[in-house]
Amino acid sequence: MSESDSTNSGGCGDCPCKDSGGVNENRRGFLFAAGTTLMTIGGALVAVPIIGAAVAPAAARDPNRWIPLAKSADFRPGTTVLKTFLNPVSAPNDGLTASTACYVRCLEPGKFQVFAVNCAHLGCPVEWFDQSRLFMCPCHGGVYYEDGSRASGPPPRGLFEYMWRISTDGNLEILGGRLPGLQEGT
Amino acid sequence: MQSRNPRRALLESLRWIDERTGLFWMLRKSVFHRVPRDAKWWYVFGSATMMFFTVQLASGIVLATLYAPSAADAYQSLVYIDEQVPLGWFLRAIHGWSSNAMCAMMLLHLAQVFLHGTYKYPRELTWVFGVFLCLATLGLAFTGQIMRWDADAYWGLGIGAAIVDRAPGIGDQLRAIMLGGPTISGATLTRFFALHVFILPGATIALIGVHLYLVLRNGISEMPKPGQIVDPATYREGYESRVHKSGVPFYPDAARRDMVFCGAMLIAVVGVAAWFGPFGPNELPDPTNIHASPRPDGLFLWIFAALALLPPASETPLLLLGPPVGIALLAALPFLSNRGERAPSRRPLSVLLLVLIVTGLGVLTWLGTTSPWSPQMAAWKSTAPDVAFVEHRTPLETQGLLEFQFAQCRNCHSIGGTGGKRGPDLSTVATRLSWDQLVRQIQQGGGNMPAYGKTLSSAETQALVAFLSTLDGGTLKAKIPGALESQAALDASPAAGDRGP
Repeated sequence: MSESDSTNSGGCGDCPCKDSGGVNENRRGFLFAAGTTLMTIGGALVAVPIIGAAVAPAAARDPNRWIPLAKSADFRPGTTVLKTFLNPVSAPNDGLTASTACYVRCLEPGKFQVFAVNCAHLGCPVEWFDQSRLFMCPCHGGVYYEDGSRASGPPPRGLFEYMWRISTDGNLEILGGRLPGLQEGT
Repeated sequence: MQSRNPRRALLESLRWIDERTGLFWMLRKSVFHRVPRDAKWWYVFGSATMMFFTVQLASGIVLATLYAPSAADAYQSLVYIDEQVPLGWFLRAIHGWSSNAMCAMMLLHLAQVFLHGTYKYPRELTWVFGVFLCLATLGLAFTGQIMRWDADAYWGLGIGAAIVDRAPGIGDQLRAIMLGGPTISGATLTRFFALHVFILPGATIALIGVHLYLVLRNGISEMPKPGQIVDPATYREGYESRVHKSGVPFYPDAARRDMVFCGAMLIAVVGVAAWFGPFGPNELPDPTNIHASPRPDGLFLWIFAALALLPPASETPLLLLGPPVGIALLAALPFLSNRGERAPSRRPLSVLLLVLIVTGLGVLTWLGTTSPWSPQMAAWKSTAPDVAFVEHRTPLETQGLLEFQFAQCRNCHSIGGTGGKRGPDLSTVATRLSWDQLVRQIQQGGGNMPAYGKTLSSAETQALVAFLSTLDGGTLKAKIPGALESQAALDASPAAGDRGP
């Protein structure tokens, strides 16, 4: 290769790279730059689906949907009951985790509070005690009153609440889909 | 290559391979490299960690052929492995107990290297890669707990998500990447599966490679001697001449102790695995089962305890800044001090620090196992009061005892030593609080107790206080020998009087 390079070098005239080594250097430099560029572009193209699929959940649109729980008339005023619903965003292999539970407190006909079961401290499942009208967390001892406000223990706030509405066909619906957390701000 | 002499033929074959691969040169360099004569039993923990990692690889590969990494099937596949696959339970038990052993050996290795100042020149980067290996190992332990896909795994992920969620600004996105979606689901299990069987083992293998290369390059450290100062200008020359003069080949001299220790530990772990069996799976990973009482594996119990005991205001900064700052400080250790004395007797601060850390983690782990801050969620209905608390009570006082049970007081308060430990034991509460104080405490709460003013009617409160007022110690003295002494000790603690019933 160097032989043919040196025979072609005469055409270079008085440019700074007039010796044969200069042409080689140019060619090598070009090849190196081309190689780097092609590899970078190729790597970036491969990275798009790899990184894209891995971080896609972070860019997903708002997962919350209106989910019917039961007929609003089925809830007795003054009671707090556990209800379960299917997550609006789910996959066929979710198994049991396709479901979520929530507590529905019926204050009076057509008036509700719907709480997440996740403790506002670190997300453990709180249990409702009808007799003392308290929610208690088995992990670090967070306790909440029946209106969801913090009673004692480490939680920084009251229980997370779902937005609710009563549909035209009389169903109590909640806006759910995202595992409740402090970022929710509700 | 044909030869009539088989021994000669073998040697020729080996030479043929060596000439093309350099394999034996490498083996000679690593297996027969000279190590200090005094590198004895203190030095076996690193080898044992690596041995248990190979056990994890071998058992993990076979488990991966049996396990179904799908949220719908994972739990059942574990039950299948335990109950249907020949020796499957034993395989799972070995994988679980060997994981514990690997972590224990790694922590002992870390403590020994810290205690002996081995991280000093020229082994700073060996330490740094060791810190990365420590993180990868802890990561493998945590993700392994998730593979059980039971209630502990599900709620453990919930706790992880709640921690990540606290990151200001990016918490939501980080949580979505961690869970693979807006909730804990099938995508979460497959993410953690990929971490557990591909990413973290791969990273661990690569890191072990670098760690071992650095051990070979810089040599195994000598036992620290008071007065033998590490000075980067002269250390290497001195070390090499000493090892050349008085060192021994790693194999067989030093390797003998490694082999004895590793063999004994391996047999011990297999024995423990055969005796105690595999870990879990416990309850189903059912998000609608709100009776779950999730607990982390032993290695992470200290975090569980710390989160119960930290002042709430300091939790978020500590959760978010603690791990990165702690890891950075650990990794930066040799850059803060890479010269000078290595002997523990000349580094009292380091010894004190190690003792404090070990004691702190030990106490937190012990507290995590007993978790006195957790209410006993079923105590109100399943823990019967001793007969001594029932007999000779008036109807009103008996009604008060029922209130005590039915209002879930027992979940947080013990009487006669049984019940929750979150609040103070009430066996002798009448000796501490008057009638009026009891009424006020029940109605208004305070001192980490909810207010029952809106829950209990005045008649119910009166009955409850009537019962509590009988708890003056006489009951215990008469019926439960010994209980009064333990209660007296409890009362003597300075905080006891401030906490209310």
